[in-house]
Amino acid sequence: MELFRQVNIDWLGKKWYFLGFSLIFSVSGVLSMLFWHHLPLDVDFRGGTVVRVKFDQQPDIDRIRSAADRAGLRDARITTYGVAPNHEVLITLAQSQTSEAALDQGRAAIVNALTTNYSAGGAANQGKLDLDNTGRGSLAGWLAEKDPEHLGASDAATQHYTQQANAILDYRDNQHSGLFDSIDSLSGIATPAVVNELKQGANLSGFAVRNVEIVGPQVGAQLRKQALFATLYSLAGMLVYLWFRFELIYGVAAVVAVFHDTLITVGAFSLFNKEISLTVIAAILTLIGYSMNDTIVVFDRIRENLRLTRREPLANVVNRSINQTLSRTVLTSGLTFLTVLSLYIFGGEVLRNFSFALVIGILIGTYSSIAVAAPMLVAYQDWRAKRGKAAVLPAAKRARA
Amino acid sequence: MSKNLTTKTIAIFAVLIFFVLGIIGIPGGLSPSKLKASILNRIHLGLDLQGGTHLILQVMVDEAVGIARDSDAAHIKQDLQQNGITVGSVGPDLTRPDAIVINGAPADRGGDVRSVLNSKYGTQYDITSGANNTWTLTMKPTAVAEIKKRAVDQSIVVITQRVNELGTTEPVIQEYNLGSNQILVELPGVDDLGRVKDVIQSTARLEIHAVLGGPYTSEQDALQQLGGSVPIDSIIVPTAPGVSRTGGVQYYQIKRSAEVGGTDLRSARTGRNSNTSEPEVDFYLTTAAGDHFAEFTGANVGKNLAVVLDNKIREVAVIKDQIRDQGNIGGGMTEQQANDLSMLLNTGSLPASLHYLQESTVGPSLGADSIHQGVMASIVGMLAVMAFMLIYYRGAGINADLALFLNLVILLGFMGYTGSTLTLPGIAGVILTIGMGVDSNVLIFERIREELRAGKSPAVAVDQGFAHAWTTIIDTHVTTIVSAAILFIFGTGPVRGFAVTLTFGLLANLFTAVFVSRVIFDANVNRKERGEALSI
Repeated sequence: MELFRQVNIDWLGKKWYFLGFSLIFSVSGVLSMLFWHHLPLDVDFRGGTVVRVKFDQQPDIDRIRSAADRAGLRDARITTYGVAPNHEVLITLAQSQTSEAALDQGRAAIVNALTTNYSAGGAANQGKLDLDNTGRGSLAGWLAEKDPEHLGASDAATQHYTQQANAILDYRDNQHSGLFDSIDSLSGIATPAVVNELKQGANLSGFAVRNVEIVGPQVGAQLRKQALFATLYSLAGMLVYLWFRFELIYGVAAVVAVFHDTLITVGAFSLFNKEISLTVIAAILTLIGYSMNDTIVVFDRIRENLRLTRREPLANVVNRSINQTLSRTVLTSGLTFLTVLSLYIFGGEVLRNFSFALVIGILIGTYSSIAVAAPMLVAYQDWRAKRGKAAVLPAAKRARA
Repeated sequence: MSKNLTTKTIAIFAVLIFFVLGIIGIPGGLSPSKLKASILNRIHLGLDLQGGTHLILQVMVDEAVGIARDSDAAHIKQDLQQNGITVGSVGPDLTRPDAIVINGAPADRGGDVRSVLNSKYGTQYDITSGANNTWTLTMKPTAVAEIKKRAVDQSIVVITQRVNELGTTEPVIQEYNLGSNQILVELPGVDDLGRVKDVIQSTARLEIHAVLGGPYTSEQDALQQLGGSVPIDSIIVPTAPGVSRTGGVQYYQIKRSAEVGGTDLRSARTGRNSNTSEPEVDFYLTTAAGDHFAEFTGANVGKNLAVVLDNKIREVAVIKDQIRDQGNIGGGMTEQQANDLSMLLNTGSLPASLHYLQESTVGPSLGADSIHQGVMASIVGMLAVMAFMLIYYRGAGINADLALFLNLVILLGFMGYTGSTLTLPGIAGVILTIGMGVDSNVLIFERIREELRAGKSPAVAVDQGFAHAWTTIIDTHVTTIVSAAILFIFGTGPVRGFAVTLTFGLLANLFTAVFVSRVIFDANVNRKERGEALSI
């Protein structure tokens, strides 16, 4: 099978279309950053408290909101998280409610509000063990204290109850995503005496805290700065490497192309109102490297072709080089895109924004190595030619490379 | 098959076996559960996959500087007195943590003052004399940096001991963000996070001070009775809740410098009050501190002393007799509180208080779900890529798929040998490695096709294809690894895991896509009759 055999497209002839296309995307992204959604930042960068809660049935946002209001969390933002069948909710408190003096006050307030409002049976369950939110140590300790199998206080008993507790919570966490259907479902997992004791003294609150992120203002600012520097260092690193391997102008062209990709990817986050987190920054840095790959493959071919035909106009050489590498460019981008797409679809909510950045970035990165980097190279040589200087060609450096 | 090729094939199988062992180690048996345990033993899961808590703490290092300064200020007055120089007052400069001000120095003995100060404090402080017979000692920046560094190091030691005492498995406690005096604490699967956090954060700085005045009902009351301002060598301190018998908080004026400090403690244990049989904590002083304390109590019989814990008074007692080396803290504690406190005192006090800056907790069920989803995405992505390569390149597709598989084995084996941590973004890095790794194969295959189109024989085309693609492959790998290295330097936890898998994956890819692929091609070309086409 073979696609793109003997392609002969005049890429440079279409440079004005490319320019228009790039401008539309980057300008709309920048406009959105300035005037519409601004730059939505995740709690990592913004600071604040985010609690992710899973419920055993479709959560009622209004009911959670009134519970939060009663607990004095007036500015809490409550949103469904992921797809509806997950029954998950994100409760977000602003940075102003997350002081470094009492970092997890917000979390404690949220969990308390949910506990008082969600424990089925209300007051009747006061003082009972909440099996949906208990940990291994607590459950083992509780069982050892109740001693439903009358083993007495011995090491063997402690060991037995620890093992029971682990089996019960493994069942909850690994097979039921953290929430029990009913305590009866435990028969077969734990001994009948233990199940009976749990039925007596434990209840299911119907919700479980899956994830808590609390970021004080200081760390937020620190991480923002680091992310910015990491991105800039990454771009600078690329520039230096290409300068060393090719010529300065090749490095500049490649870095402009990659900056264009970064801008459009970040712009897409603003346009779609998706939050930029630390892992998204990781994705963007990866894209900087990846998009550079595509550009280098084209540049490498330009260099090789220039060595063979020194008299041909640069534009022709560049066109031919793009066409020769086109099938490789499309194939590898396509394959990487496949893997990233599978990450986007199957990788779960935690990685959703990360893979979104990669999906957008790989499309744009492939486009930019053909439509931004190469035309820039030609435009620069034309500009030099107009001023009567010889073109800068990287072929001479070949001997060293 | 030529001899050279045989050697290379053997080398490849040796590498394969080596890295498979890196992943599974030497398993106890071949049952799935034993294999799984063996793999988890070698490849560590990050907090985001196994569940746990990640904390970042700020060490308030200025406090440690202030404590060192206060103790020096107390000694300076004595040193001057021993040399026959009487000064008005020696006290801290309250506007900054690192300066001492001496007021009312004798005007005619400036030279003596300087020589006394220089001989003992000259290495730590810059000494300047000012107008109106004042002297200022400012701690040198190197001395300040030294104290701050020691405060952070000591905090790490203390936190490590406390966390170990609580029985947390495999905690990580290390300096974070070098130079910012922050500490990273990672606790896999903690049950009672609130208690653990309290235990970590307790300064547990136990001091005994002489009481100068009190009790007062409020801070304003104290100020009023003292005539508007607190003398510079004393401070006003509240009692801890539950300490005063009348209920409510009382205030005392105590001497600023402690008679017994945090480092003077030898040991502590939980005991019971002989009268009320309430839980209390008994503590014992070191020999040197005991001598000083005996001298102090002997000279101050009938006066009050205060036991101060973390800047709150826990006991006020009349000195009835000379006390050498023991004391106790009572005051309405539960058994667990008393146990925690004696553990804290035994593990030593923190040199400065700690603030929590960041906390992130992943519940165990989320970690389990993340593993399922990550593995699912990897398998689907990998199968899609492999299927495409088979369809598009036919025979050579098998070659690429083998290389890809070996790439994955080497990557995971690498992680097993180096004890790296696998995080959720790390799994994403594995998936990306699959996508990007196949890039090298495509580059080479497309080049071989081009050479074949140009009419070259399979053997020459393979040779040329590899030769031309090589420099390009190096360039593309270097750029991605530069990105990953920067991520590793700037990132933490999960993001670092991503940088690690991406880098290892691409390094392994150099070997599989270039060397292994080449060997398979050569074996293929060798076997073929002359003129038979290459399946690509």
